[in-house]
Amino acid sequence: MAARKATAKSAAKPNVSPEDLMAYYRDMLLIRRFEEKAGQLYGMGLIGGFCHLYIGQEAVVVGLEAAAKDGDKRITTYRDHGHMLACGMDPKGVMAELTGRQDGYSHGKGGSMHMFSKATDFYGGHGIVGANVPLGAGLAFSDKYRGNDNVTFTYFGDGAANQGQVYETFNMAALWDLPVVFVIENNQYAMGTAQARSTSSADLHKRGEAFGIAGEIVDGMDVLAVKAAGDTAVEHCRAGKGPYILEVKTYRYRGHSMSDPAKYRTRDEVQKMRSERDAIEHVRTMLLGGGHASEEDLKAIDKEIKGVVNAAAEFAKESPEPALDELWTDIYAAEIPQENA
Amino acid sequence: MATEILMPALSPTMEEGTLAKWLVKEGDTIESGMIIAEIETDKATMEFEAVDEGTMGKILVEEGTEGVKVNTAIAVLLEEGEDASAAEKAAADTPAPAADEAPNATEEAPAKAPATAAAPPPVSAGSDPDWPEGTEMKTQTVREALRDAMAEEMRRDDTVFLMGEEVAEYQGAYKISQGLLDEFGAKRVIDTPITEHGFAGIGVGAAFGGLKPIVEFMTFNFAMQAIDQIINSAAKTLYMSGGQMGAPMVFRGPNGAAARVGAQHSQDYAAWYAQVPGLKVVMPYTAADYKGLMKTAIRDPNPVIFLENEILYGRSFDVPVLDDFTIPFGKARIARQGSDVTLVSFGIGMTYAMEAAEKLAEDGVSAEVVDLRTLRPIDYDTVIASVMKTNRCVTIEEGWPVASIGNHLSATIMTRAFDYLDAPVVNCTGKDVPMPYAANLEKHALTSVPEVLEAVKQVTYR
Repeated sequence: MAARKATAKSAAKPNVSPEDLMAYYRDMLLIRRFEEKAGQLYGMGLIGGFCHLYIGQEAVVVGLEAAAKDGDKRITTYRDHGHMLACGMDPKGVMAELTGRQDGYSHGKGGSMHMFSKATDFYGGHGIVGANVPLGAGLAFSDKYRGNDNVTFTYFGDGAANQGQVYETFNMAALWDLPVVFVIENNQYAMGTAQARSTSSADLHKRGEAFGIAGEIVDGMDVLAVKAAGDTAVEHCRAGKGPYILEVKTYRYRGHSMSDPAKYRTRDEVQKMRSERDAIEHVRTMLLGGGHASEEDLKAIDKEIKGVVNAAAEFAKESPEPALDELWTDIYAAEIPQENA
Repeated sequence: MATEILMPALSPTMEEGTLAKWLVKEGDTIESGMIIAEIETDKATMEFEAVDEGTMGKILVEEGTEGVKVNTAIAVLLEEGEDASAAEKAAADTPAPAADEAPNATEEAPAKAPATAAAPPPVSAGSDPDWPEGTEMKTQTVREALRDAMAEEMRRDDTVFLMGEEVAEYQGAYKISQGLLDEFGAKRVIDTPITEHGFAGIGVGAAFGGLKPIVEFMTFNFAMQAIDQIINSAAKTLYMSGGQMGAPMVFRGPNGAAARVGAQHSQDYAAWYAQVPGLKVVMPYTAADYKGLMKTAIRDPNPVIFLENEILYGRSFDVPVLDDFTIPFGKARIARQGSDVTLVSFGIGMTYAMEAAEKLAEDGVSAEVVDLRTLRPIDYDTVIASVMKTNRCVTIEEGWPVASIGNHLSATIMTRAFDYLDAPVVNCTGKDVPMPYAANLEKHALTSVPEVLEAVKQVTYR
């Protein structure tokens, strides 16, 4: 095993072209507008059950997807809409799943928390806190077994970081040098419990030290910092050096789920993050300040995104409910699902 | 006085063993703690240490002798001052007991596996045989059949791999994976740390990624640590993903009571897993079924729970000699044809059913014995057809009584064959208690042949 520093801070920001920056802006904005629309549809009773919005955390997935290549895999928990949009899943199919309709990614059988897409190597969408961590290591295991250089991004929260199976997984991932990037999205609240009230040591990126896994802390409100850290982590994994931990400090603006009044933090705290640290505003300022885009250019993007989201919402409303027969399908596979090439 | 050295029980389920090698000879001075022999158990070759001091007077069982029953005198140890004649005398006074007369074969002897572990009666093929008539057969233990099934499938498909605790270098805690590391290498036969929740999850993830893992649990008792991954991740993902991805894999290991390993190591999970849509559940009895069903399990594109039994591992049965022998899921086996009462069982429960059927035949009662083999899917049709013929039914399993497989079958029979029943169905199950350690209590906690006979009496109003 190579020498692993606990905090190998990826100081250097990547060389990002104006086009890339514009793409990040677009992707982050899509997630935000999509989530706002989802919140709206929830309020109208079109989306039911649990619905966990990603608003505020957009730079995390967009930055890491910028570090990924074709064949890389991703798996996450139930706060998953952003991950799906960022890896290229169709907003229409995602929104139709949220409304529980036939054209949703799981034909209405998964819902907000359980969506999957073989075509984009998105492996869910898991509702049990911590359970997706060994699953992600298993995906990485399958790539190592096949001898390719794909990497699996395994996302989980600061709450999940206290689950025992995370450490069982760290041990085996390090032992077997599995190509997995553990992305701890630290939004500072495990549902309603602030990190300081649930966690003996705040430095989650150091949680791999006992297993010899390098980790670093990343500013999750800065998409370029996330991209840079993602590049470092991915390079480490592709080189066969085993897993890597990124603790990405972020913040969710909304409650844990739609039914969470978020009384455990002050309005001021949220407002301060929004006004001072917002990831989308940050990129917007860079684009304008660097002369890479004009107000008009950005307005045009806003308008375009709004169109995409509205179309997704319309599609999700129009798509029929699944036929009752759908209840009885996909319980057992008749044959092994074919690997996508 | 000369002391007899007895064949030791070196594992919870050992009933006999091979005296592989003597490391001392007659006339040697023996010290306490000295390794005097090597004994092959059903799981491993063990060193046998002397307890008492003295001189090796006479070796009663030659090295290389197979099938030496536990508690048989294998040598005589002389005290200081005694000569060889004392050894001769001691040996003559206590002839090595034959298997059936061994003291531990009685109910009172504590070192013995439950009486249910007695040699099984021969299994007769059902009306719908699993292999063509005239097929060459060979005798194999369940252990060998399982290993052969895995090895054959691993040769056939290089995405199949085995992971679990002690499966590789140790050759399997119960020696099921013996030789697999040598043939397939460390890439495909993988020792895991003791971390069931974690490695079960990694196995499921690998299956999502297109591999076909066989995850061995050292026992299914330990799989409770991992049951979230088995049910929430493996069983439900195909459904939740609208058919896009699932977990083509096998979770396997010994299940149920072994012998005197206590409450935390003696639970039968048949009814638990049989309740879960998305899983397939297999619980075989014969070695042929173990082999044919394991090969089917590995090829199945769904997560399969394969419930084995430690007591059955060392049992021998006829196994067909065929290049590619599989048994389909959801097809029960008529293990014995009869007309007066239907006995339905599966797994080790079949030992009670078959023995009871023998005894009933002596009393002129003709019992039909149905071996379910798989619990999800269950072959209801075969059970119902048999009950329609006999009009009476007793179910037999070692698991707990509440929400048991027997309960479920009773309800199904009531719904589908109510008018054919001449008596309420009776369920023979394990008792509604955690498994005790004491030999007599453990035996009492399981079901038994007398209980089955009593149940048959009840349903036949005799």
